[in-house]
Amino acid sequence: MRLSMSNTYRTKNSTGLINKNKKINFSFNGHTYHGYEGDTLASALISNGIHLIGRSFKYHRPRGFLGVGVEEPNAMVQLHEGNKSEPNIIATEVELVEGLKAKSQNCWPSVQFDIGEVNNLLNRFFPAGFYYKTFMWPKSFWMKIYEPFIRKAAGMGVAPLQPDPDRYEHNYEHCDVLVVGSGPSGLASALAAAKNGARVILAEDKANFGGSLLTDEVTIGNMSGKEWANDTVAQLKSLPNVILKKRSQVFGYYDHNMTVMIERVSDHQENPSKYTPRQRLHYIRAGEVIVSTGSIERPISFGNNDRPGILLASAAKEYMTVYETLVGKKPIIFTNNDTAYSTALEFLKNDITPVILDTRNNSNGELVKEVKQKGVNIRFNSGIADTKGHLKIKSAVIGELDKDKENFTSLESIDCDCICMSGGWTPTVHLSSQAGNKLKFNEEIDAFVPDKKRQRESAVGAANGSFTLNQSLAEGFQVGFDLSNKFTNNNIETNTPNSKEPKYEKHERLWCMPLPQGKKPKRFIDFQNDVAVSDVELAIREGFRSIEHVKRYTTLGMAGDQGKTSNLNGLQYVSNIEKKIVPEVGHTTFRPPYTPVTIGAIVGREVGNHYLPTRKSPIHNWHEENNAVFVAAGLWQRPRYYPKESENMNDAVNREAANVRTNVGICDVTTLGKIDIKGPDAPEFLNRVYTNAWLKLPVGKARYGVMLREDGMVFDDGTTSWLSENHFHMTTTTAQAANVLSHLEYYLQVVWPELDVNVLSTTEQWSGIAVAGPKSRELLSKLFPNIDLSNEGLPFMGLVDTKIDGIFARIYRISFSGELAYEVNVESNFGLHMWKKIMDVGKAFNIQPYGTEALSTLRIEMGHVAGAELDGRAVPFDVGLNGMVSKKKDFIGKRSLSKEAFTSEDRQTIVGLVPLDKRTKIPEGSHIVENDKVASPVPKLGHVSSSCWSVEYNNPFSIAIIKDGKNKIGKNLFAVSPLKDISIPVEVVSSHYVDPDGERVRS
Amino acid sequence: MLEIKCPYCGKRSQNEFSYGGDATVKRPTLGKEISTEDWDNFVYFRDNPRGKHTELWHHVSGCRQWFKASRDTATHEIFDTCKMNEAFNE
Ligand SMILES: [Zn+2]
Repeated sequence: MRLSMSNTYRTKNSTGLINKNKKINFSFNGHTYHGYEGDTLASALISNGIHLIGRSFKYHRPRGFLGVGVEEPNAMVQLHEGNKSEPNIIATEVELVEGLKAKSQNCWPSVQFDIGEVNNLLNRFFPAGFYYKTFMWPKSFWMKIYEPFIRKAAGMGVAPLQPDPDRYEHNYEHCDVLVVGSGPSGLASALAAAKNGARVILAEDKANFGGSLLTDEVTIGNMSGKEWANDTVAQLKSLPNVILKKRSQVFGYYDHNMTVMIERVSDHQENPSKYTPRQRLHYIRAGEVIVSTGSIERPISFGNNDRPGILLASAAKEYMTVYETLVGKKPIIFTNNDTAYSTALEFLKNDITPVILDTRNNSNGELVKEVKQKGVNIRFNSGIADTKGHLKIKSAVIGELDKDKENFTSLESIDCDCICMSGGWTPTVHLSSQAGNKLKFNEEIDAFVPDKKRQRESAVGAANGSFTLNQSLAEGFQVGFDLSNKFTNNNIETNTPNSKEPKYEKHERLWCMPLPQGKKPKRFIDFQNDVAVSDVELAIREGFRSIEHVKRYTTLGMAGDQGKTSNLNGLQYVSNIEKKIVPEVGHTTFRPPYTPVTIGAIVGREVGNHYLPTRKSPIHNWHEENNAVFVAAGLWQRPRYYPKESENMNDAVNREAANVRTNVGICDVTTLGKIDIKGPDAPEFLNRVYTNAWLKLPVGKARYGVMLREDGMVFDDGTTSWLSENHFHMTTTTAQAANVLSHLEYYLQVVWPELDVNVLSTTEQWSGIAVAGPKSRELLSKLFPNIDLSNEGLPFMGLVDTKIDGIFARIYRISFSGELAYEVNVESNFGLHMWKKIMDVGKAFNIQPYGTEALSTLRIEMGHVAGAELDGRAVPFDVGLNGMVSKKKDFIGKRSLSKEAFTSEDRQTIVGLVPLDKRTKIPEGSHIVENDKVASPVPKLGHVSSSCWSVEYNNPFSIAIIKDGKNKIGKNLFAVSPLKDISIPVEVVSSHYVDPDGERVRS
Repeated sequence: MLEIKCPYCGKRSQNEFSYGGDATVKRPTLGKEISTEDWDNFVYFRDNPRGKHTELWHHVSGCRQWFKASRDTATHEIFDTCKMNEAFNE
């Protein structure tokens, strides 16, 4: 850190919004400075005489501040350090806070001396479309050489690599009327709407309400503009139906009047509480939106018009009037209209006499007269040809224009330390345009204004092209009343106060100065994207006609800036060359966001564990206490395996699976989807939904069922039980639970409303516990001594209701593992109790819990299909479920099954695979080929869907879906995984590897 | 994000709903013979009009009712919504 410099560029009078009693220290590029409370980073730097803030995007030219707010295209900085570091922040939008650290971007090694500036010397090699032309060939160079080079050269800020430590929140709001912008028309609209009883939100981007009333010398009623603004805000604050938000930018306008606003909640606070979010994103669904976003001043293109110290006249004025900061002490004011004279008057208040250049032949506007009366010599019919000063403006080459204003008649050089330019005003129509408003060209102001609206949106004031205070207030009060009355019908109208403001004469239609003779300095149009007049000329010379093409070829008006200061000047220039009027050229599309938005704010609180909700079974804590390793199954957390001591996953899974085959295992199957089905037509409905017959299922029995989509593909499978007359209990896979419910609701509500059936999800209401293995019957018989669990008492696919410890329990005899198995269902609240009870009694039978991995092993060995096989591309025939398809009845998707493609014999069907060496595991996803030695493309027979280590045979086993599978059994093929660069010789076997006749489940 | 009026619950944000496609498609009657062409038209082919479209929405994060909406596919304007057994007020 070097010594703090003095803060000498301040105005004489303290009539702005700076608190000089509170000094604030900050650092920029390693130097410490001070400013005051109320400063922005921009005003604080300028008050210290600093204009050089960064380097331009393409040519690395030294750049300073052009604007004072959201329109700023140059002053993007990297803020803070470490994990709080944030790139591409607009310095004019950053409020000064103690200890703030900022640094320049896009420069190396420093902003004063930047290697990339060589691009500027070579600028004739960097014309429009340079990247397109140069980096096209050879193609192979693109990824490795060109792209990294362009990215590095493009510079910009650096995104931090650590997680963002700050807290961001989302908020949903509803209101009758949203007013965007708190200038005169915005305040008027908000007041009129609020007094008429509407629910109003007023959003202001800056730290203070008032907009142009904070800088313009006007009178409203018997108050100054500033006083009226304060008074109106005080009135609004006192109303319960109004939400006032400053530091809040409405940056996006989406369908059905959904707008999105970013609020900077604590960026300006020195020590915010840890519970205060840094920023808050508001989704506002507004009945009506009033766009009172004002207007942005246009720059003028002249030679080297981008040097630090050259800025908009309105910005210079706001720095003086609001931030008490002088942008220079030897100013030139360069204008084509009257408004810049108010900037001249501000300088005069500080005893500084500016040089004034006006392109017009004369003006009798009131401000012009006032300046004249103060004895200032105004050079009409004059302009700037070129400027000098490397890191800051030092002098300007100025001269008189000829009659057609196409050449300078004489040139002279004068010293200056700033140039305040004004090319007139552009209504800020971005939000209206985002809302789908078809803009129209207003020739009076030479700019686009909102016209035919597509949504409930109304522009007022300067955003609507109404540049006088009188008009702005009148529109604001009228529109605010009209729109609010749609909601309230109160008919309480607020009178528009009288106002006084200076009268202005018309601007001149001139935004580009001629070149000085014999020289070709760059005349910039778009400062952020480094687009000069010559680039637009080149694009048109090369045949680009559509303004959208010119935009993309030159990058004019792109990126974060969205052409706030450049758009119209670019259009104007294209229309000049093309000899068309601007409306014929048209305009490009404005896109959200209007200003850059921090990614953290868009993400909000949905980070880490909050990214998605977590579903836990009632037995979850037991799994945790017993060392379970969890896996996400959709939103559910399921135990994957329970390692003991030094076991790795394979050891644990093999132990768990083998224990099911030899003793008994217990598995938490609470996550399976469960749907309660009731109604007299329930059997008929199930008969239509499932491929197999359901009408003759007896009460007290479960049945395995398969459902299809209408295109014939298997959708889901599971068991459904008939509990009592008109009452069924359906189970679905964990993954498809929600989709199956929607599917059933669709058919009941849309397709067959005549069926008297109701469906309801009961997944959360039941806890399911699978008890599987040869000793399961013995175990449960001990636990439930009063019920007959013999093969006759409770046969395969039977169910029985009972009670234990006063708890209702339903025992199904169903099996996914292929072993003798039961599933005990109790109300969720008693799931843990039941589980512990089974574990207790099970000790004597060597019970062990098993997770999803062992569950997979058991079902793969048995050749039971699951999600990996039922991937939406399989008809029942493909996955060995043909036996489940009824020939007699019709059902959802049946007609598709008779389509030629689905009946062809050589379809890919399910088989088993065993590696010839009986050792190498086959990666899931491997391709199956007949010959792994032929040149690619190798004809592919199919793929491996599921793999496991068979605990029954102690060797790897996989399920695969291969072409003409049935006739490939016994053949040797290859499983090839190009990802792992392996090829494994395999033998094709039946997918029913263990217990092919299903004797165990029926034992 | 659209704002959709569920005929049972009132206006809600789009993220509570899921889209269900063309509401004018009739599922062929069960058990009736149907040509492959007609079946394919039902399963695979849908019009993709620019402008007014009668479509199904499902209030999944709400009352779980399917209902009909008349929406402009170009502007997203929703002219009306109604229950499955009702007609639009047009
Ligand atoms: Zn609803």
